[in-house]
Amino acid sequence: MSLVALATQAASAQGGTPPAPRVVTDDDVNRVAHQLYCPVCENIPLDVCPTQACIQWRATIHDKLAAGWTDQQILDYFSAQYGERVLARPTTHGINVLVWVIPPLLLLAGAVVLWRVLRQMRPPAAATQASKAGPASPQGPASGSDEYSDRLEQELRKRI
Amino acid sequence: MNADINEMPMSTPPARRLRWWMVLAFAGVLVLLTLVALQMRHNGPLAAAQVGAGEAAPTFTLQTFDGQTVNLASLHGKVVLVNFWASWCIPCSQEAPDLENAWRQYNDKNVVFVGVDYVDTDTEARKYLQQYDITYLNGADLGTRISQAYRIRGVPETYVVDKSGTLRASFIGPTTLDQIRATVDPLLSN
Repeated sequence: MSLVALATQAASAQGGTPPAPRVVTDDDVNRVAHQLYCPVCENIPLDVCPTQACIQWRATIHDKLAAGWTDQQILDYFSAQYGERVLARPTTHGINVLVWVIPPLLLLAGAVVLWRVLRQMRPPAAATQASKAGPASPQGPASGSDEYSDRLEQELRKRI
Repeated sequence: MNADINEMPMSTPPARRLRWWMVLAFAGVLVLLTLVALQMRHNGPLAAAQVGAGEAAPTFTLQTFDGQTVNLASLHGKVVLVNFWASWCIPCSQEAPDLENAWRQYNDKNVVFVGVDYVDTDTEARKYLQQYDITYLNGADLGTRISQAYRIRGVPETYVVDKSGTLRASFIGPTTLDQIRATVDPLLSN
């Protein structure tokens, strides 16, 4: 960082020179507005809402950016002024935590269930090979069923 | 042969055992539903649909645009008219002259008018108050706490609270001077 820049910062920090007004473009305003929702309409981001309320809010964002506020400071201001429901991205405290915790938990639970189901599924070919390989153990869970089918098939073959 | 087949031991389906993960999943869903129900009860469809006449008016504290603090609870003994408005609301501007006119008729008669500015910007709100020469107490509904307590469905809405703090009337949409007088006058004579 240059000495000039350091000197300018130091002067600003001491309140010697007020920061120069910042040039704010529509893109800057929309970048912040996109992170907020219209207070009047349902589920419409602030950057695309045509209502008078949203036009006024965007003007406020413009003024705050021009005054040197950061995006986060503006979001905090709107949240304090109008409630957290105007934020597009829910906060991570209170009941809002559920919004962040539940979806990954459900995904994880779904993956576990899928894995268990797939593991329990035996391909039919493998089952037949197992029964042909030799007498099934009497302790095996499906031994009775396989024995019964084999016997049934033998009896049917005799009659054909 | 049939007898042989019948004598074969029939396989029985494995008993459905309650597994730990099933219990855990069930408990999780139960906890989630309880949390959602509590939240809805506090601030949602399970709460009273709208504050109605005969109920205690929800109390609130409002910081006015000129720096005063108004607490509804401290206004017991007075008739209070609470008006929700916004500078971007066209019907609000229709009722604004009538509200101010009514206020000027009642301001020395144990009546308090309180304007609650709903999701508005400070600059535009002040312009609005100046434009319609509104002189009664007005402040922003910070965090939309007051409008949530009254469960308003939009603006303008007006609520009239009697001297004991009970809600006596509500007007959804723009109100008029005649409506205000017809509601406030009987409350003053009681």
